[in-house]
Amino acid sequence: MSSTTVAASPRSIAWQRRRRALAQAWGLYRRHVPGMIGLSVLLVVVVMALLAPVISSHSELDVVNTVDHQRWASPAQVPPLGTDDYGRSVWAQFAWGARISLLVGLAATIIAIVIGSVVGIASGFYRGIGSAILERITEWFLVIPFIPLAIVLAAILGPSVRNIIIVIGITSWPSTARLVRAQVLTLKERLYVERSRALGASTRHLMGRHIFPNVSPIILANLTLTVPVAILSETTLAFLGLGDPTRASWGKMLEESFKAGALTRDAWWYYLPPGLGIMAVVLAFTLIGTALEEILDPRLRESRR
Amino acid sequence: MNLRFVTRKVLAALATLAFVICFNFFLFRVVEGDPVANLFRGKNLTLEQRLELRKQFGLDGSQSEQFVRYLEQTVQLNFGRSYTTNRPVMSDIWERAWPTIALVGVSTLLSTVFGVMIGIVAAWRRRSKADYGWTGFTMATYAMPDFWLGMLLLVTFAVTLGWFPVGGITDTGSDATGLAKLVDQAHHMFLPALTLTLAYLGEYALVMRSSLLETMREDYLTLARAKGLRDVVVRNRHAVPNALLPVVTLIAINFGFVLSGAIAVEAIYSWPGLGLLTYDALRGPDLPMLQGLFLVFSAAVIFMNLVADLLYSYLDPRVRTE
Repeated sequence: MSSTTVAASPRSIAWQRRRRALAQAWGLYRRHVPGMIGLSVLLVVVVMALLAPVISSHSELDVVNTVDHQRWASPAQVPPLGTDDYGRSVWAQFAWGARISLLVGLAATIIAIVIGSVVGIASGFYRGIGSAILERITEWFLVIPFIPLAIVLAAILGPSVRNIIIVIGITSWPSTARLVRAQVLTLKERLYVERSRALGASTRHLMGRHIFPNVSPIILANLTLTVPVAILSETTLAFLGLGDPTRASWGKMLEESFKAGALTRDAWWYYLPPGLGIMAVVLAFTLIGTALEEILDPRLRESRR
Repeated sequence: MNLRFVTRKVLAALATLAFVICFNFFLFRVVEGDPVANLFRGKNLTLEQRLELRKQFGLDGSQSEQFVRYLEQTVQLNFGRSYTTNRPVMSDIWERAWPTIALVGVSTLLSTVFGVMIGIVAAWRRRSKADYGWTGFTMATYAMPDFWLGMLLLVTFAVTLGWFPVGGITDTGSDATGLAKLVDQAHHMFLPALTLTLAYLGEYALVMRSSLLETMREDYLTLARAKGLRDVVVRNRHAVPNALLPVVTLIAINFGFVLSGAIAVEAIYSWPGLGLLTYDALRGPDLPMLQGLFLVFSAAVIFMNLVADLLYSYLDPRVRTE
């Protein structure tokens, strides 16, 4: 309360500066048309996923409750999206499936980003044997083909939402690690970091004040670009039958529609919505990520003008 | 290319391969719990069956004994017998490798050619209608799950229009030989190849576009223009060859990855390659088959990475002197 009259503490100055930087970035973002389109699309999907219990009925997902329903009903017969081979509502699957697809995409990304950032910062900041080992491990994971590794892991761990998140998380971190490491390597050589070190700054201070704040924009942009990859991975794994058998996801809808013969029946209401949903979310995250990259990376910002 | 550079790269690739082989061993043993119990969840097994399975997986004896035995067998390319066909895993993989190599080879070729062309058009006329249109198109194909794109093409061109067969590699019961057989196979390959081409085209287009944009800032292009060369000549003789470098390495690396990336698409079109083999092995689950496939896929990526490294240093002398 008294902060307006008392001389500002270094901490409050830092916070003011951060808030100003954030406001400035948001100002730039708001004028970025593709970025705003991506954000709006994502908002619509997130709201739909959150409102799934309101806008659809969960009981429609269970075969037990739909025995007397019409099978393969078209959207005209059973609005809004018809039914599948068990008489389950496709709309309910779509709305509830959005939750699993988004959850897996976001949670797996967080795991990947945390591992990637820690490994990247550590192997970039420190020198010596440990750093060399981390670098080699990153390179190894980069060449192990992702889908076969994820398949083998998911087959061994067993199909569940938790395991799919873990599998995608621990197979998607190497590219983040490499990106962060490269950035830390150049940051470390900057004059102000060297000066700070010469003044006797501890490792903790260097990390907390100089290295981490400067790599965090890159980590943020990379995060939004990793989510679409994670969502597409979930789709592929679910299609291969490695998804949670008890929870609807967009990937699982595609798997089940394919297996039930929706293609030959021309039951477009079953296989079109999940694919379009995935496409919308992936495009949204790609647009947001590219916009963030352009705003947060001054070099790209310049080249846009 | 000097010998020391090549030796270093080859040794690094071998080290990676050794890592993958060891990793493959621990993958099936370090996981919490009993892999046999996990894989046969829900299937009632007697104690004898359980012990027999453990023996088949090489899970009997001490850890170090298991490891030595595993290494011996891997070096001999012996990955055990498949549960479903009871044939050696390696002979199944070998048989199925050719359809995949053909499919992936054709799609890689087509997606590179068209991707590079799109990238050139988009970059050279930056911010034009063509740029926005093509960049939008490539982003859309990138955002689709590749197998969903395959499903859409299958419905449109095979089920509804009937122009192409819905799956397989030859007509069932066909005993055509020679040219007729080749035509039949090409007819079957068209839709899966189109799917993979469209799915991978976006990446090449985007890489080519950004690489060419980078090259367009170089001084030698300004010089070429100052000499009074025509726009087409500046583009085709000066800009594009230099901008192609990153694409060339991407092709080699991707070829390795695409071998395994075609799993779902092969499943959609029942194309009898490594992808369909993986898909079927997952149904079992046919564990020895999965392990063998994992090693083969990894080895392919490592090998193609090595090729990419060597190719790049051959094409760009700056890398060698580093």
